[in-house]
Amino acid sequence: MFDIVYQYLPYPLAYSLIILIKIVLLVVPLMVAVAYYTLAERKIIGFMQIRIGPNRVNLSIIPGLNLLRGFGQPIADAFKLMFKEIIIPTNANRYLFVIAPTLSIAPALAAWAVIPFSETLWVANINAGLLYILAMTSLGVYGILIAGWASNSKYAFLSTMRFAAQIVSYEIAMGFSLVGVLMAAGSLNLSEIVAAQQGSVFHWFWIPLFPLLMIYFISGVAETNRSPFDVAEGESEIVAGFHVEYSGMLFAAFFLAEYANMILVAALTTLLFLGGWLSPFQGMGVLEQWTAWIPAPFWMFAKMSIFMLLFLWFRATFPRYRYDQIMRLGWKVFIPITLVWIVVVGLFILAQLPPWFDSTPITTALASR
Amino acid sequence: MQAITDYIKRLFLWELLKGMSVTGKYFFAPKITIQYPEEKTPLSPRFRGHHALRRYPNGEERCIACKLCEAVCPALAITIEVAPREDGTRRTTRYEIDMVKCIFCGYCEESCPVDSIVETPFFEYHGDKRGDLLMTKEKLLAMGDRFEQQIAADREKDAPYR
Repeated sequence: MFDIVYQYLPYPLAYSLIILIKIVLLVVPLMVAVAYYTLAERKIIGFMQIRIGPNRVNLSIIPGLNLLRGFGQPIADAFKLMFKEIIIPTNANRYLFVIAPTLSIAPALAAWAVIPFSETLWVANINAGLLYILAMTSLGVYGILIAGWASNSKYAFLSTMRFAAQIVSYEIAMGFSLVGVLMAAGSLNLSEIVAAQQGSVFHWFWIPLFPLLMIYFISGVAETNRSPFDVAEGESEIVAGFHVEYSGMLFAAFFLAEYANMILVAALTTLLFLGGWLSPFQGMGVLEQWTAWIPAPFWMFAKMSIFMLLFLWFRATFPRYRYDQIMRLGWKVFIPITLVWIVVVGLFILAQLPPWFDSTPITTALASR
Repeated sequence: MQAITDYIKRLFLWELLKGMSVTGKYFFAPKITIQYPEEKTPLSPRFRGHHALRRYPNGEERCIACKLCEAVCPALAITIEVAPREDGTRRTTRYEIDMVKCIFCGYCEESCPVDSIVETPFFEYHGDKRGDLLMTKEKLLAMGDRFEQQIAADREKDAPYR
């Protein structure tokens, strides 16, 4: 597809150009997805509260006809935020105040570089993909930390303290559950992790690693600072947390980062535990043939949307955790369970438990020894 | 034993799943939203909205400037000044309700001996600039003229209970 570029341009230039095109092709749909995810959130939570949610924003080409039925809402919101004044508090640290949203959104978008959407569809396919994602999601903390510090507001500062402690606690449980996955797959490369789940629905890692799947997703909810773990935002206690002092596009950047991270967690859960782009009808004879025409990314997006729905469902259902309970859950429940299950996964691998562990790289290495 | 089953229930997020099933059920429930400008909820004949000063059928204003409403108003929103008219009757020269102060308690209507000051079911009003919500005698009489039919009908419906 990109051969023409290589023909007419010197190699380094062509390479950069192609990477740039790929980034645009990734980030633009991602931003659109984020925008419409916010609409989906308002609609779905509205429906769960027996309301109908936003349905007013409309193109007034034909007066009196609601063509868009509220689907223009994210665009209207975006325009509102763009034209809003950015207020920088008098005693804020101006430099850090302005740079914090960037520090928050850049890692959230950068992490998407290694997410494969099919066997051939990615921006970068690096061997330490999982490690890179862990690094990037951890970097996102700095944006929020700096935002809280630079705002010179006690609410923002309290919120960053809470956020930092929460992230550190849940990063450990998250890291351990990833250890389980990479033991099972024998690789840090996301495409290879998906390839290790090839076979059928029952070959995916969600069965042998079920506790890790739960813990990974719940930690992901906590990492992205979503309800019921949104103590850092806590609008009833500390106003809006780290972004109290932000307005306009600076606020929007935090918002985009949060939603991009939510979609990222959904994508990762899909890749690591639910076989990524693999069709759920794989190895099912007739069904597999009938659904063969469906492109692989479709399955990826379908599975992602389940987890994206769960994020919203949680928010519509659960009240916010008390802070000490969040800490208890992270340290005294999740970490012990993950540690135990890593041992169990180790035993599975030693036993070469079919159908998951009979031909993974680790088990074949063990067998040939 | 109880403690163990409780622990297992908590570990497998039983209560949380139950909660999610409740919200999941309501997702498909019929929605109760009233889409306001197009749809409206019914109003009681006792609804207390914007004030109005009524007239008798012959066009004479009812208000006799007894100042009972001014006296009873808990928010001190009513201001009345009195002078005799050319024909010698006692009339108000100034009758103002500050809608910013008004708490819509309806005491003015209760106290009025001639059913002059009333609260209409009209609540969709606003003010663009300072002073717009200071209702003068002219504005209140105009409201009365505009809603007279509705006011009379509502009073009649409520009459058996008074």
